[in-house]
Amino acid sequence: MALTRDQIAKRVAKEFKDGDYVNLGIGIPTLAANFVPKGISVMLQSENGLLGMGPNPTEAQLDADMINAGKETVTAITGASIFSSAESFAMIRGGHVDFTVLGAFEVDVQGNIASWMIPGKLIKGMGGAMDLVAGAKNIIVTMTHTDKHGNPKLLQECTLPLTGVNCITSIITDLAVMEVSNGAFVLKERAPGVSVEEIVEKTGAEVVYSGDIPEMTF
Amino acid sequence: MSGFDKVVSSYSEAMEGLQDGMTIIAGGFGLCGIPEGLIAQIKTMGTRNLTVVSNNCGVDDFGLGILLEDKQISKMVSSYVGENALFEQQLLSGELEVELTPQGTLAEKMRAGGAGIPAFYTATGYGTPVGEGKETKVFDGRPYILEESIRGDFAIVRAWKADKYGNCIYRHTAQNFNPMAATAGKITVVEAEEIVEPSELEPSQIHTPGIYVNRVIQGSFEKRIERRVVAKEA
Repeated sequence: MALTRDQIAKRVAKEFKDGDYVNLGIGIPTLAANFVPKGISVMLQSENGLLGMGPNPTEAQLDADMINAGKETVTAITGASIFSSAESFAMIRGGHVDFTVLGAFEVDVQGNIASWMIPGKLIKGMGGAMDLVAGAKNIIVTMTHTDKHGNPKLLQECTLPLTGVNCITSIITDLAVMEVSNGAFVLKERAPGVSVEEIVEKTGAEVVYSGDIPEMTF
Repeated sequence: MSGFDKVVSSYSEAMEGLQDGMTIIAGGFGLCGIPEGLIAQIKTMGTRNLTVVSNNCGVDDFGLGILLEDKQISKMVSSYVGENALFEQQLLSGELEVELTPQGTLAEKMRAGGAGIPAFYTATGYGTPVGEGKETKVFDGRPYILEESIRGDFAIVRAWKADKYGNCIYRHTAQNFNPMAATAGKITVVEAEEIVEPSELEPSQIHTPGIYVNRVIQGSFEKRIERRVVAKEA
């Protein structure tokens, strides 16, 4: 069975280490904040200038001056810091953020990612995504394995305009955990009940695997 | 105005000198931390053919979006736009040009502009449409692109507290692009929630030193929330 959005987020959260500074993109990545394993503390960075992002506020806490990069109202946790956009991207570009999790339209075997622009549709902009993929030490891409028409999103070569080059090493989809290595996708884990054959069939490039591929655990 | 006292008493004084074709750098992220009254004054003045450098362009009836109503903006330099129907319309009709710029690069363009640095290298955007046509240089085996900094004829900034000398403190995430914008204007105008005496701000807590600021005006703010999300009741 393909994973639900929550299950993908849960699997992502397993990657967090105690003390990590993490930037989560909009969508499934943001959900990962709900599944941080017990005993692990991570601090969430929001690129509009907040390190130590907390949950959404109560009615009483609501404050127009406290938002996240998705422009939603949020709170700050104890020990948070707030700073300018230049400072925020100094952290990101300078490689100080341990983990970035973001969505994508396509990823290819060179670790290239396309996530911001579909020609012919209205282009809204890249926001902070290009800086994030250029700067984070570890990037996890979360996405569905195929698009809604069943076409692969893991490709030999991205077809859409890129967000960054040679920057993606780890992908968690609704079917598999993949690593990008030496010009191929390496299958590390599969969703419970999903066969290796199905994953290979739904991937648009060579999939390398050996031995029994374990099912994901959460 | 005398000496270091930069307080002006009207919005028309605050934006005096703004002319057609000028470049305005604006602080704010979405609708958070935007100089609402200064934007309204630009609308009142009817200045046209403006280039506006700001992370976003507001929404249809609020923030920088109100400058689209009379087609006052001819070019936006932003990282994320299109929260407004008018923007889309004018973009598609060719009345409005947009230069999409990665958010961190945009912040650094303002910072560098204010700091007298004409250009800088960044890995952001290399190999993407953003890097096309830009000079590339390899440092330590990694390619970077050369990005030019930005200065504005005007910078418009929203502060929480400003003293009469123009020293500013921002509140929470309303800080965002404001400190960099403040450094990058030939004329920097601060709209403050509260103007205080110079003795009232702790010098070491000041985000923007008054040297960058030319005019300070007392504002009144609606502080509209773009995406109001509250915690679910436990």
